[in-house]
Amino acid sequence: MGSLNLTQLKAKQHAKVLELDGGYAFVQRLEALGVRPGIQITKISSHFWKGPVTVLVGKTKIAIGYGMAKKIKVMVK
Amino acid sequence: MLSRESKILLIGNPNVGKSAIFSRLTGAKVTISNYPGTTVGLSQGYMKFRPDEMGIVIDVPGIYSLVPLSKADEVAVDMLKEGDVIINVVDATNLERNLFLTLELKEKKPLSIVALNMWDETRHKGIEIDVEKLERELGLTVVPVCGITGFGIKELREKLVNLKKTSKKVLTKDQKWEEIGRILELSQTLHHHHHTLLERFEDISTRPGTGLPIAVLVVYCSFMLIRLIAETLIENVFEPAFTNIWMPFLERISSLMGSEGFFHDVIIGRLINGNIDYGQSFGLLSTGLYVPLAAVLPYILSFYLILGILEDWGYLPRLATQVDNFMHRIGLHGYAIVPMILGLGCNVPGAMALRLLENRREKFIAATLMAVAVPCMAQIAMIVGLVGERGGRYVALIFGILFLIVVVKGVLMNTIMPGKSPEILWEIPPYRMPHPKAVIKKLWMRVTEFLKEAVPYVLLGVFIVNMLYVLNAFDFLARIFAPVLTGMWGLPKETISALMMGFLRKDVAVGMLAPLSLTTKQLVIACTILAIYFPCMATFVVMLRELGIKDMLKSALLMILTAVSVGALLNIFL
Ligand SMILES: Nc1nc2c(ncn2[C@@H]2O[C@H](COP(=O)(O)OP(=O)(O)O)[C@@H](O)[C@H]2O)c(=O)[nH]1
Ligand SMILES: [Mg+2]
Repeated sequence: MGSLNLTQLKAKQHAKVLELDGGYAFVQRLEALGVRPGIQITKISSHFWKGPVTVLVGKTKIAIGYGMAKKIKVMVK
Repeated sequence: MLSRESKILLIGNPNVGKSAIFSRLTGAKVTISNYPGTTVGLSQGYMKFRPDEMGIVIDVPGIYSLVPLSKADEVAVDMLKEGDVIINVVDATNLERNLFLTLELKEKKPLSIVALNMWDETRHKGIEIDVEKLERELGLTVVPVCGITGFGIKELREKLVNLKKTSKKVLTKDQKWEEIGRILELSQTLHHHHHTLLERFEDISTRPGTGLPIAVLVVYCSFMLIRLIAETLIENVFEPAFTNIWMPFLERISSLMGSEGFFHDVIIGRLINGNIDYGQSFGLLSTGLYVPLAAVLPYILSFYLILGILEDWGYLPRLATQVDNFMHRIGLHGYAIVPMILGLGCNVPGAMALRLLENRREKFIAATLMAVAVPCMAQIAMIVGLVGERGGRYVALIFGILFLIVVVKGVLMNTIMPGKSPEILWEIPPYRMPHPKAVIKKLWMRVTEFLKEAVPYVLLGVFIVNMLYVLNAFDFLARIFAPVLTGMWGLPKETISALMMGFLRKDVAVGMLAPLSLTTKQLVIACTILAIYFPCMATFVVMLRELGIKDMLKSALLMILTAVSVGALLNIFL
């Protein structure tokens, strides 16, 4: 399977983070929350009307704005 | 190692229980809630560590890393320089992410101790931590604690006093993550565990399909409950107390004072048809006490009770996620719902929470919308009391108008102002069973604060109203503002007195509409304008601090413009 961005992932799908495609602050903030390349994540849901995407990272649930989620490249196993 | 002037800093990720431990260590009162960003300012308290020696403990706002990414982060990182000892609070159910900051702190400060908080939650989450191994691998003292029950706090104190300097090893970011992986491999075992009921509910309230109806239901039930509790309290406790106990006492004093005259009218109020009327007499001991205590306090009590439960349960971040897409349309992001909801209690803490918001644009929009369309509980209570007599649908009409203003004004500001609303990125905390003791403590804090803040202002307000009547000042003002007041809004000129009072206390202001025998239409217009034309003084001061003078002036101008045009529109169309 090729790479997708987080908004394209379906609910309950597991994926590996490949790349955080954004500026310094963006990468820092995500990494601080535990989202960094190589990590396994599970998508919980996305909200309509370009709402946020929620994912599970380890034991933490995180809500990520739509624009940010688009910049997170992942690969489905 | 500790001395009288030692500064002890509580540092950790957001929402790991720093404030809970802070209040355990110091006995000081701070707000504890199950969502990130509760602590916006710095709280200080004193901790006794030997019979007659104290250290200063500081509750620092939560940070994920020492690389500051926002203003709040900078404050926290700056504090670090001043601290002598660090208590690094970590969430034991989420070690991997928490330890990153721990390793960063270890590089910067030789004296730190790790408080392994949420220890009580590890077991049912299937997490087993070998504390000794963790200590050894980290090279730091680790104490398992529970901020809510106080478990382990004594040990934390003792170990704090005898802390030894640690060696430091500077690692790069990637090395840190590797090191964390290595440490956890050795010291933590994860067992499979069955999902609890709360966890299952967590899932369904996060998905939009089920989450949105649940959000609507939660908000609706909360408001029904708030009303139910408040009305029950009023009917069974506050009204009887004021009619059966306080009234006979006032009547006695009134007749002793001769039932009239200047002092009588200031203290007891003017008699209405020979009787004291709590709503209309406007004496310090009648209306002055009745408004804050009997009409408003029951609503404050029940609002903060329900809010406290929602907060500690962890619902607010989920609500914020559910409304994020809507909030973006009005120039905000989901988290702006938190200051708005706090503002429903009292606009002052709501305005303080504006600090949670990231940029100037968002703060401006949120402040303007809050000042205009988020009436505080005191005002809501009075509107429900006064307008409710004319029929529930008029109360609903007023709130419908306010909501419409939020949408229209928000969309307008979002379109006109350059820039974009920021994206959300936050942690959704797990649901936790609210602790009755913690909820009651927070309720008590908030209610006493209300009484301390509100009662003197209401008394002052009632006094000023009396003075202005005596001086005939309202007539003078009424003549100046007549074109807008009567011409555009269709209100009698006496309403000017209420509008003036609104700068000081909105609840008293709504109360002043009672004796004016307004038509229902006039009442709706007057209540709406009172809500939107300007924030009360106390809120204004806080907003000024948060926004700066330039933005505040712009915002105030917008408020007045909104009030003038909305009032005129209502007068035409209602
Ligand atoms: N179960 C459990 N909950 C805790 C503990 N300490 C704090 N909490 C809860 O965790 C949430 C965050 O606490 P708070 O002190 O506000 O965290 P802060 O943001 O780090 O200051 C609140 O809902 C607390 O009631 C603990 O040891 N065990
Ligand atoms: Mg706190």
